[in-house]
Amino acid sequence: MPADNLVKISDLNFSYENRSILNGINMEFPRGKVVAIMGGSGCGKTTLLRLIGGQLRPSSGTVTVNGRVVHEMGHDELYGMRRRMGMLFQFGALFTDISVYDNVAFQIREHTDLSEELIHDLVMMKLNAVGLRGAHTLMPNELSGGMARRVALARAIALDPMLMMYDEPFTGLDPLSLGVIGQLIRKLNDALGATSLMVTHDIQESMLIVDYIYFMAEGRVVAQGTPDELRATKDPFVHQFLYAEADGPVPFHYPAGDYSADLLRVPARA
Amino acid sequence: MPKLRELLVALGSRVTDRIWRLGFAARFLCMILVYSGQTFLRPQLLFREIWFSGVLSLIIIMVSGLFVGLVLGLQGYDTLQRYGSSEALGVLVALSLVRELGPVVAGLLFASRAGSAVTAEIGLMKATEQLKAMDMMAVNPMARVVAPRFWGGVIAMPLLAALFSMMGVFGGYLIGVVFIGVDEGAFWSQMQSSVDFREDVLNGIIKSFVFGIAVSLIAVFEGYDSIPTAEGVSRAITRTVVTSALAILALDFVLTSFMFRSL
Repeated sequence: MPADNLVKISDLNFSYENRSILNGINMEFPRGKVVAIMGGSGCGKTTLLRLIGGQLRPSSGTVTVNGRVVHEMGHDELYGMRRRMGMLFQFGALFTDISVYDNVAFQIREHTDLSEELIHDLVMMKLNAVGLRGAHTLMPNELSGGMARRVALARAIALDPMLMMYDEPFTGLDPLSLGVIGQLIRKLNDALGATSLMVTHDIQESMLIVDYIYFMAEGRVVAQGTPDELRATKDPFVHQFLYAEADGPVPFHYPAGDYSADLLRVPARA
Repeated sequence: MPKLRELLVALGSRVTDRIWRLGFAARFLCMILVYSGQTFLRPQLLFREIWFSGVLSLIIIMVSGLFVGLVLGLQGYDTLQRYGSSEALGVLVALSLVRELGPVVAGLLFASRAGSAVTAEIGLMKATEQLKAMDMMAVNPMARVVAPRFWGGVIAMPLLAALFSMMGVFGGYLIGVVFIGVDEGAFWSQMQSSVDFREDVLNGIIKSFVFGIAVSLIAVFEGYDSIPTAEGVSRAITRTVVTSALAILALDFVLTSFMFRSL
């Protein structure tokens, strides 16, 4: 991948309560690209996002964003970096006590001294970009799952971030909303000149919009490449994941003893 | 013997857990104080929380105060008239309310109405990742969510206790003077001459202020520290109500023994 990386992860290890979550991760996220991190549940993908955002500290190794090591930043510098980041949470994480309009305006009001007229124009532009300008008066509980995700996306891009992070952006969406969100991720990335980093399970949708993919399993990077390279690979793990095969390197069965012995065993009465 | 050992280990572990938790709560209070600047620089945040904790608790506080006053009037009159001093009803009602019942009952009601709501709100914000989202937007949840709710409660509580006492005195007046026929002049003049501002009213205000700090701290801490699931939030709300009630009663005893140590 090209050398001009916005985010670089080097020899990253992370453990939580003596349980190893990430082991020796090396990744690069070039400016302007959309990169996906894929892998089964619990393989450490979301933890990786939280390490990049500075919400967790690595056990060892470094995460560098825009040339600065995240865990070496002080509080003010970290918050300064986060102002230039946007994050879309798995279920939107909209503030439920304020309207769609106020959700999108939240960050602008918190971090700028812009007049309400200017904030209004910005909010309407962001909502228009996700197709929900007409829904600006609604409350979050009046939105469908797909609409809530789009509002959250408008909120995340409110301050034109340099880095967008998406945590499972396609979870629980119908095929139509899924396609809309996928296209928005790509279009917004290109329009903003941002870099996007997407943690997802959704292979088919992601393959259409991303430039590069990292596959993770058990806290390690097990495969990487462009969508075309990965489609052509013979790697059994990637093959199993891409074609949703029930059994393979990731076994269908939880480790257990002999099947016939289990069937013949007479359980003790409770 | 092993059973006894296990029992002792379990008991010790519960005690040390509580002490750790107390330590966390104390550290949490320090963090609230550190991040309180924004609350006072942006008064609209504070007014919103005073509205939610204070104004929306007005109905329950005023109605309860009125009924407590009505009952005090009836019970007080029944006892006092046996000794021929029914004119002292005003003093009895006022002192009971201003010194004890006002701060304590208003505190208990405040914990059930506003404290539980604050815990639920913060707990659900945590469970739905709203706090994490705020943190990722470079907006500190301690400064934006926790500190305003804490100070909103601390300010609202003494005002609610004062209103509770006022409604209680009005209830006592209704029963004693309007319905039973105690002399109105004696009711008010004895109350005025016997209730001391510093000794009674000020001490009552101090109590309600301390209860406000305790209940607000417990409410925001339990919400922020809750396990981010439906069950976790529900348990946190229960803990808020139970711990607040016990804290109010224990603090009331400690404060009363300091305030009236000449007895």
